Amino acid sequence: MAGLEDLYREIILDHYRSPRNRGELEVPPAHRVEGFNPLCGDEVVVYLEVNDGVVTDLRVSGQGCSISQSSASMMSASVKGRPVGEARKLIRSFKAMMSIHEHTLGGDEAEDHEEAETVNPEDLGELAALQGVVKFPVRIKCATLSWNTLAQGLDEIAAGVQPGG
Amino acid sequence: MTSTVEAGSLDIATLRRQFPLLGQTSHGRRLVYLDSAASSQRPRAVLEAMDHYYETTHANVHRGVYAIAEEATRQFEAARHATGRFINAPHPSTEIVFTKNATEALNLVAHSYGRHLLPEGKAILLTELEHHANLVPWLMLAAERGTELRYIPVGDDYRLELSDLDRLIDGVGLVGVSCMSNVLGTINDLGPIVAAAHAEGAVVVADGSQIVPHRPVDVRALGVDFLAFTGHKMLGPTGIGVLWGREELLDRMPPFLGGGEMIRDVRLDGFVPNDLPWKFEAGTPPIAEAVGLHAAVGFLEAVGMERIAAHEVELTSRAIELLTARHGDDLRIFGPPADPKGRGGVLSLGFRDIHAHDLAQILDAEGICVRAGHHCAKPLMRRLGVTATARASFYLYNGEDDIAALSDALEVAAAFFG
Repeated sequence: MAGLEDLYREIILDHYRSPRNRGELEVPPAHRVEGFNPLCGDEVVVYLEVNDGVVTDLRVSGQGCSISQSSASMMSASVKGRPVGEARKLIRSFKAMMSIHEHTLGGDEAEDHEEAETVNPEDLGELAALQGVVKFPVRIKCATLSWNTLAQGLDEIAAGVQPGG
Repeated sequence: MTSTVEAGSLDIATLRRQFPLLGQTSHGRRLVYLDSAASSQRPRAVLEAMDHYYETTHANVHRGVYAIAEEATRQFEAARHATGRFINAPHPSTEIVFTKNATEALNLVAHSYGRHLLPEGKAILLTELEHHANLVPWLMLAAERGTELRYIPVGDDYRLELSDLDRLIDGVGLVGVSCMSNVLGTINDLGPIVAAAHAEGAVVVADGSQIVPHRPVDVRALGVDFLAFTGHKMLGPTGIGVLWGREELLDRMPPFLGGGEMIRDVRLDGFVPNDLPWKFEAGTPPIAEAVGLHAAVGFLEAVGMERIAAHEVELTSRAIELLTARHGDDLRIFGPPADPKGRGGVLSLGFRDIHAHDLAQILDAEGICVRAGHHCAKPLMRRLGVTATARASFYLYNGEDDIAALSDALEVAAAFFG
């Protein structure tokens, strides 16, 4: 049986108490995208600025539990300043780390994680602290919420959806 | 903290021994079950009744002429009769429709009454505190037919605000209202609502999911036209729900689902529906579940609904008193104060600024089962200005030791999230 310390690692609690890149960006030029966890009502709003293929700025607002909020904070810290391609690779890697149970839970993601290029969990840095979440299946959706929202935002930007749309 | 398990007039220790699941441990601790508003546990008598049925009697109902089929039919209809008697239905054998759950019972009314008998142009009046089960079927109906939906608001005292009822009821053809909020514990006084609705010529659909398991319910005294409730919240099995409706209304309503059992005759160009209540029971019904529900009703009646109600009133009042005294401003209870008539055993909690999911996770590690989330009542959560609460709910098997465990675990959560 997994203990609470597997879930609430110190670094997670740190991001929860002092979230990075918290706030909003002006829309436009930023792109705004919302994500909801229908199970618990958690919501996350991601503001993205992409210039010349690089995520030049990113802010997160919304409300939720320690797992969803700290995951969003870690996501913002690891994605900000990266090229979009690397951000997508990170999203795939993070979701692969979380996918063990998401699939068995009937998760809505149908993409094939094995085929996609990903990062080794050891190379995920502090994001690896969220690995313990997979031992608490109902919390996986909390951890992946901001990442799915980011992915949706990047897709919308790539598809030329109007900023703020 | 006190460790007594006595509360009210119920012998909790003896009662608990009849619920096998409650004898378990969770994370090495006594399992403290405080989520009966989501689903209750069931006593051995219910489990044994269902096993016995499957071991000795099972056959499809209303079909075979052989002995066990006759007996299965008899037991199924006996369950219907007992369930009807439990809520003092005037005509138990025709007015009790078995469904999958309370949600299906409400959908049945929305489809069959709402789409066929609710006059065009008439509005539907609901309340802000409804469970999604008594909202979404009407939202679907409104989207389809353009029906106007209105809502009785919830006041700052966590009760329905009825001061504007006369204006709200004007032009309404159907009222959907919960007998008790699954989030706030508020027991709604349906008297004025039913009177206003009937004066307007509207029917009243009551969601009894939270009240039927916990208080004596008499549909004749309640005055409503339909009452939906579910087996698994009243010590019975999952997979069976109940719709009670006035015979004259059910009689006029067309069938909901089509299939076997619900017909009297089928030709290639049409069908003739069966009599009540089978008209609404397409396909093989939940037979063993009905037998289990019958046993659950018997168990509740043997303990006594008045005693169960008194026990929960006392436990709720003690819980509010003890938790408030110990945790003070750290704890917020979303619901009215203790009140024997107007408040049931549901405590929606906010503790410090700890998110309900995190709180429930810490409580789980202490062996305590509470529900965290929006409790399928998102409009109400928006009204309360929160996205989630942690909800503790009581039943006949809960005692003061459960409250003490909850209170201790809140301290653990406070220390954990500092």
